[in-house]
Amino acid sequence: MMGRGTAVGSRSGMASDRSGYGRQRAARQRLEVISGHLGRQEASGACEGRQADDVHRNAVPRRRQDVLKWNGWGFRDSKFLFNKKGLAELTGKRYQLSGTLMPGLKDWFEGTFGANLQHRSPAVPALNPSVVPPPNLHAAFVEALKEATIPCTHEPEDRVFHSHGHCLHEIFALREGKIGRVPDLVVWPGCHADVVRIVELACQHNVCLIPYGGGTSVSSALQCPLEESRCIISVDTSQMNRILWIDEKNLTAHVEAGIIGQDLERLLREHGYCTGHEPDSMEFSSLGGWVATRASGMKKNVYGNIEDLVVHIKMVTPCGVMEKSCQGPRISAGPDIHHFILGSEGTLGVVTEVTLKIRPFPEYRKYGSVVFPSFEQGVSCLREVAKQRCAPASIRLMDNAQFHFGHALRPQTSMFMSFLDGLKKFYITKFKGFDPQRLCVATLLFEGDQNHVLNQEQQVYDIAAQFGGLAAGEDNGQRGYLLTFIIAYLRDLGMEYYVIGESFETSVPWDRVLDLCRNVKERIERECKDRGVQFPPLSTCRVTQIYDAGACVYFYFAFNYRGLSDPMRLYEQVEHSAREEILASGGSLSHHHGVGKLRKQWMQETISKVGLGMLRSVKEHLDPQNIFGNRNLL
Amino acid sequence: MLSRREDFRDILEERRTSSDLSHALKSFTRVSSRASPPCSVSTLNKTVLESQHLHYIMQEVSKDTGEPLEAIREEAAGILEEMSQNLQLGYIRFLGFILSKVFKRLFRKINVNEEGLQRLQQAMQESPVVLMPNHRSYVDFLVLSYLLFTYDLSIPVIAAGIPLMGMQLIGEILRRSGAFFIRRSIGTDKLYWAVLSEYVKTILRKDFAPVEFYVEGLRSRTLKSLPPKLGMMHMVLEPFFKGEVYDISLVPISISYDRVVEESLLAYEILGVPKPKETTMGLLKARKVMDEDYGNMHVCFGHPLSVRDLAKGKVNRKQYNLIPRDLPMKPSESIHAFANTTAHLVLRLQQDNMVLSPWSLMATILMQNLGGINLKLLTKQTVWLKWLVLDFGALVDWPVQVADSEVMSSGLSLHHSVVRCEGDQVLLAEQKPQRGAAPEEAVFRRAVAVLMCASYRNQALHVLASPAMLSVALSLAAASSRADIYNLYAFLREMFYNEFIFIPDRTGQDFEEACSLLQKCGTVQIINQNIMVTDKGLSVTSFLTAAVEPFIDAYQVIFRYICSRSVQEFTEKQFISGIRTFTLNLILTGEVKSYDVLSSETQKNALASLVRLNALTKKKREEQTYFSPNKAAIGRTADILGKKNSKIMCRLGRNSSCCVTEAPVMPVEQDSPAPITFIS
Repeated sequence: MMGRGTAVGSRSGMASDRSGYGRQRAARQRLEVISGHLGRQEASGACEGRQADDVHRNAVPRRRQDVLKWNGWGFRDSKFLFNKKGLAELTGKRYQLSGTLMPGLKDWFEGTFGANLQHRSPAVPALNPSVVPPPNLHAAFVEALKEATIPCTHEPEDRVFHSHGHCLHEIFALREGKIGRVPDLVVWPGCHADVVRIVELACQHNVCLIPYGGGTSVSSALQCPLEESRCIISVDTSQMNRILWIDEKNLTAHVEAGIIGQDLERLLREHGYCTGHEPDSMEFSSLGGWVATRASGMKKNVYGNIEDLVVHIKMVTPCGVMEKSCQGPRISAGPDIHHFILGSEGTLGVVTEVTLKIRPFPEYRKYGSVVFPSFEQGVSCLREVAKQRCAPASIRLMDNAQFHFGHALRPQTSMFMSFLDGLKKFYITKFKGFDPQRLCVATLLFEGDQNHVLNQEQQVYDIAAQFGGLAAGEDNGQRGYLLTFIIAYLRDLGMEYYVIGESFETSVPWDRVLDLCRNVKERIERECKDRGVQFPPLSTCRVTQIYDAGACVYFYFAFNYRGLSDPMRLYEQVEHSAREEILASGGSLSHHHGVGKLRKQWMQETISKVGLGMLRSVKEHLDPQNIFGNRNLL
Repeated sequence: MLSRREDFRDILEERRTSSDLSHALKSFTRVSSRASPPCSVSTLNKTVLESQHLHYIMQEVSKDTGEPLEAIREEAAGILEEMSQNLQLGYIRFLGFILSKVFKRLFRKINVNEEGLQRLQQAMQESPVVLMPNHRSYVDFLVLSYLLFTYDLSIPVIAAGIPLMGMQLIGEILRRSGAFFIRRSIGTDKLYWAVLSEYVKTILRKDFAPVEFYVEGLRSRTLKSLPPKLGMMHMVLEPFFKGEVYDISLVPISISYDRVVEESLLAYEILGVPKPKETTMGLLKARKVMDEDYGNMHVCFGHPLSVRDLAKGKVNRKQYNLIPRDLPMKPSESIHAFANTTAHLVLRLQQDNMVLSPWSLMATILMQNLGGINLKLLTKQTVWLKWLVLDFGALVDWPVQVADSEVMSSGLSLHHSVVRCEGDQVLLAEQKPQRGAAPEEAVFRRAVAVLMCASYRNQALHVLASPAMLSVALSLAAASSRADIYNLYAFLREMFYNEFIFIPDRTGQDFEEACSLLQKCGTVQIINQNIMVTDKGLSVTSFLTAAVEPFIDAYQVIFRYICSRSVQEFTEKQFISGIRTFTLNLILTGEVKSYDVLSSETQKNALASLVRLNALTKKKREEQTYFSPNKAAIGRTADILGKKNSKIMCRLGRNSSCCVTEAPVMPVEQDSPAPITFIS
């Protein structure tokens, strides 16, 4: 999705990670197992989890709109703006970049998009509750919920907040104050038992449930189907956010599925552990959401993707609860039922509890970066790294346009620093002969024990050198990762000035990476031109994950829509063409964003008619009434 | 005069006024904004030899033959060395200098549509470009490089036949001017195919240079388009299908000659006298052709075709997703159909931009008056034909502000090798046979003269082909029902598919177009579901029918021959010598008037058509292809075609009495003043 801020929240403080390991070890002793008193509640009685909002524990409260923007990305206190001098800055104190001035952004922004800071396209200032359609409540169901003492609301703000993810068209509509079909009711189960009850009642009263985790979907998965006439209930899992137990012998943790990424990592860290699962959205996205969409984390090379991390899943379906009977690390007992759940996108039930692998918090972390003369050479290097299986926790290759973008986000520096930068630039472009319009940068993140990291680092840099790569320092590497987590905030900034953008991703075999990147970028540019976009769009990509047999590629696409009559339609057409181009170039429908409703039309050709039939029959069996009626995927 | 406007500029004009040397030494900056910097010839060849595709094939070949991989690799390197071009700007300059001299001597003008060059320049900046000229003369070979050099565009690499390489010195000069050489009969030589296709594809993938090739495969001896060869076509399309390039532009280029330099050889070659081997000495001896006047040459660069656009909805590129792209793979049916249609489309577009000379119109009239024709009448009919082809959308190079009579006499004098005037009669220039020669010798000499004239008719034939098919269909049809006529049209189109180049799967569209062309000029009326020839339209339809009649007659003779009792199963060679004797006899007895039947091209086309129509079956035995006829089917085909003869005759009979109206009516011998009358 369009940037999901990597959680470098002030509290998780990743920049200071290298020091804290010893302290954590002690904490680990202290907190052997929290399981005892936390894990015991059974489906019968009231939930212990159903407690007053614990602001200290949760980064995101029940009333999300108190802390988060209702019509944009992230925290209300953090946003980009151009100050009076035209210098860009990120407000608030949450992020490492907060408060620093970025003098290069304005020129880059105006130059890249042909935008002008004089031409603004502001959002409506606040949600007007009167434009929210009145709720279509099912009285008996609501009554029964109240009886079960499960909190719920039909406040317009909450309903609107639960009606969307973060697709461009969703945010664009909110900024224009346009509200479509929204859930009629939002309910906050506090534990597994609550969910069981909710699903029972829903079946009994034939209402529609839409599970809601972190709300960071970028596949229109949270959009309410227009054709749904029943009462729609958004099941917000955010209150199911406890770590129920930690098993230090097997290195697993049993966690409620509503927990969001940054809370999970923070809480585990208190015990000296981590999952290492860091999707770009981890500040806001939830464990259940990761399971439901087959999420992928930045550091999957060390920790694995969500399907590698999961040991056990509990899911409440209209047919009852589905789970395995043991925690064997691998089971040969028919097709893995976890794989019906992973990627089911809320169509089969609610994931309530997950047992995850955990790892000791890494002792050592180091950033790095490499400059390549061209994207082609960069890709060859990544391919070799994959071949030798020596990939660091994260390795990403940005194309030239993203390199320039990253450059535009450099903070204001002292005379000396800019002099030093000038020297570096001189060395690379003049002495080494790199063409500034062709070079590209790989960013690296190493994690693990120090010796291992240093050896690995050496190996990676040796490979890079074979492909003409020059080590370009830790700072550049770290800045590269900053770009990832602030980009969604930057999208909001662009939208203030007639610039809209989106990202999308795919996975593709190694031999087609370059062709796919070139074709998709060019397709975007030509489609924009053909459709009357005056200024050439930003069409850029990076390789964000590497595998034995291929890579994950991420595209950004943004353009200036001033003067265009229907920018959203145009945008959707271009995105559609880009996806067609991806598929024609041998790329997949999605690497980790999922299908939702946005990419549903390509499901059949992706998994074949027979495959689709298999999925349909599972849905039929589990949910004949279509209680989980978000109509994603199938 | 060009009714469909295409502005041409004579590039020789400047050459005649300024120094050829400074032209050759002018600064040349290759226009190409595409990202990657150009690579060297040696890098290119290395990439080819190291390619995965070639590697797979070499392994296969090594397994098949039992030879060690290393030996196969060396063989591949040898093939590449023989094939590879070695484009060097210095040689282009050298050649530019020579060609300036040669061209000025041979031609009055070389006219180029500059707008087309601008479009080409644009296309070159957007994607790899394939230049696809027609091939009528050896002169074609370097004229494009010369033009692109003159206009600062990337010099192409050119697919050439290997005999050219054999010419001492010249071969090497051509190689350094961008020619790469392809063996004539590659057949099933897997390794050769692999090296060649990898070579072509690498050039495109790397956007090393535009690729120029003749989709007709050969120089057309008949000056008519040849059915396309698909081998190279597949090679240049594949990088797009496999996503290795974003798009590829195909640029149809039409080169038209007033007079073709090798005209005297053409007739001999199609009569089966083998062409002289290309040698440097031969070239030097050919110097005397330099003393002749060859009139104007037109080079028209067509609109670049985006393969991506053409393939939209026709080719699913995902078909390559599940197999390594380098793995040797037979093209799927959809790919094959697409390549075939695209090749035909390019040929059609080449034809559309051919510039017809007044002479080729004269030749068309002459072909219907082989016994000679009065100059005045020839003039009238030629002018009439000019209006007709303009109506049909052709480009005609008819000088403005020059009296028609002057245009005629200039055309006649330019072509003194084909026609002569005796008083006010215009006759074919025929060499008298030596005294005491066999009667066959006379037929042969006559055939040479007729076929030479026919070649120039052929230059204009593509404009007339589809309406002519419709005219024949109209004359064959028992009733005027549109459906019947359409069926006949479709049948004829299939029959003459290779003769006149029709785009596959476009029968309906072509039929509509032909109908509307004839309707537009008042030749037919379409009322309800009936198509009827108007009274005044008869002269047009009978003219058109007569224009293609030699072909119909030729096919009839061929059918008759194949159906004759003695013929059972035959190879192409046997067929060609058999039909020759058979026809010769028929001509000697005066039973057959068509000389086109003696053309080996027509003979081969007829064979191909019969194979297409399943009236002939092709079998391969011991490296030989045998044809066995289904005589019943051929007989039926002949019957359909034959029904026409009587009818056409009777219509032709009526022809002389038709009167002149606003519709173009062919002037006839009565030569009455043309009163314009309107139908009330």
